[in-house]
Amino acid sequence: MTTDLRHRIARRAAHDLPDGAYVNLGIGLPTLVAGHTPPSREIIFHSENGLLGVGPPPPPGAEDTDLVNAGKQPVTLLPGAAVFHHNDAFVMMRGGHLDYALLGGFQVSAGGDLANWSLGETTKAPAVGGAMDLAAGAKQVWVLMEHTTKSGEPRIVERCTYPLTAPGVVRRIYTELAVIDVGVELVVRELADGITFGFVQARTGARLVAVK
Amino acid sequence: MIDKIVPDLAAALAGVGDGATILVGGFGETGVPFALLQGVVRSGVRNLVLVSNNSGVADKGVSQLLQLGRVRKIICSYPRSAGSVVFDQVYARGDLELELVPQGTLTERIRAGGAGIGGFFTRTGVGTELTRGRETRVIDGQTYVLEHPLRGDVALIKGELGDRWGNLTYRLSARNFGPVMAPAATLTIAQVRRIVALGDIDPEHVITPGLFVNRVWACDE
Repeated sequence: MTTDLRHRIARRAAHDLPDGAYVNLGIGLPTLVAGHTPPSREIIFHSENGLLGVGPPPPPGAEDTDLVNAGKQPVTLLPGAAVFHHNDAFVMMRGGHLDYALLGGFQVSAGGDLANWSLGETTKAPAVGGAMDLAAGAKQVWVLMEHTTKSGEPRIVERCTYPLTAPGVVRRIYTELAVIDVGVELVVRELADGITFGFVQARTGARLVAVK
Repeated sequence: MIDKIVPDLAAALAGVGDGATILVGGFGETGVPFALLQGVVRSGVRNLVLVSNNSGVADKGVSQLLQLGRVRKIICSYPRSAGSVVFDQVYARGDLELELVPQGTLTERIRAGGAGIGGFFTRTGVGTELTRGRETRVIDGQTYVLEHPLRGDVALIKGELGDRWGNLTYRLSARNFGPVMAPAATLTIAQVRRIVALGDIDPEHVITPGLFVNRVWACDE
């Protein structure tokens, strides 16, 4: 997917984060959200390695190797930021203190199961990091992902075929085609410009319903 | 008189032997006690069990121990990342046992180990292959899985300031696992950027109380 489309997904999700929200951004596409939050809102970004109030990347030459985010990239801290140890960082996640976890996804099922940590390869070692803690612990889990795989397979499916990160946790999905709420049904709340419901349904492996 | 300050790397690592379980602080390269790990490499100890969030990058620290075949098992949340070439090779050869643990479960298991907690139930990992076959319990309508505490024979951590009582501060996100691991090992060894006189660290600013620390070694890293 083009950078432009990835930013479009990130911008759309950023638009829905309310003022005052405490948010964790997963590695990959979700990290782009930080660059798109409306300046009128105070949104506090959490990083699993012990930061609250994460700011933008530093200018070249001003990087500090003691100050990185979950993706091990250099970051800055905003006025009002806090640093703390790993256990507190995960108390925030696991104790339900974070309002939103915005995560990448390989697959989401109709029932909100999330698969985003392993492709089930047997030749490579698995790596899970904080994915399961965030998925199980945040008040709301939103998934930002491309609507289909590179080969055109749906990522929104009846049942995940990849190993689960957590069952039944996803509340909303943002793709380049639509915004979909996950509940009793998969409800398409919004279609991207020029995209029809039928176009999205044809690229989705589970039944969608239009917003009433 | 209490004096936990040691003069050199050999003194810092005295008694770290074959077969030890070593908790290694750090997240990515941030807060990793590289100088202490270099000492472990030089000491020649082997058959180690390492507890570390990552598996090292390039060929230093944890990576170097893996490369030299000194590690029997690694307990880890994110072993595979950009630059973890050595881990990938050693793991592919089947020469390393991996216990993959969700990161929050890893830190909580270490905390439990340090706090004398015999285990805990968590929602993280429920319904996934990482907890398949494990004891679960429904508490207030939620399913939780049992996790056991994790302790080390040794903890190697990196602080910013240290004093002769073993009090430590940290710098920014280099704090990460240090304060969690310090209480969870029989022998906790800290490399610090600077040693200061007793009282120079405001008691309000001590992050790891000296009680949890056995040795402090100054290292300009």
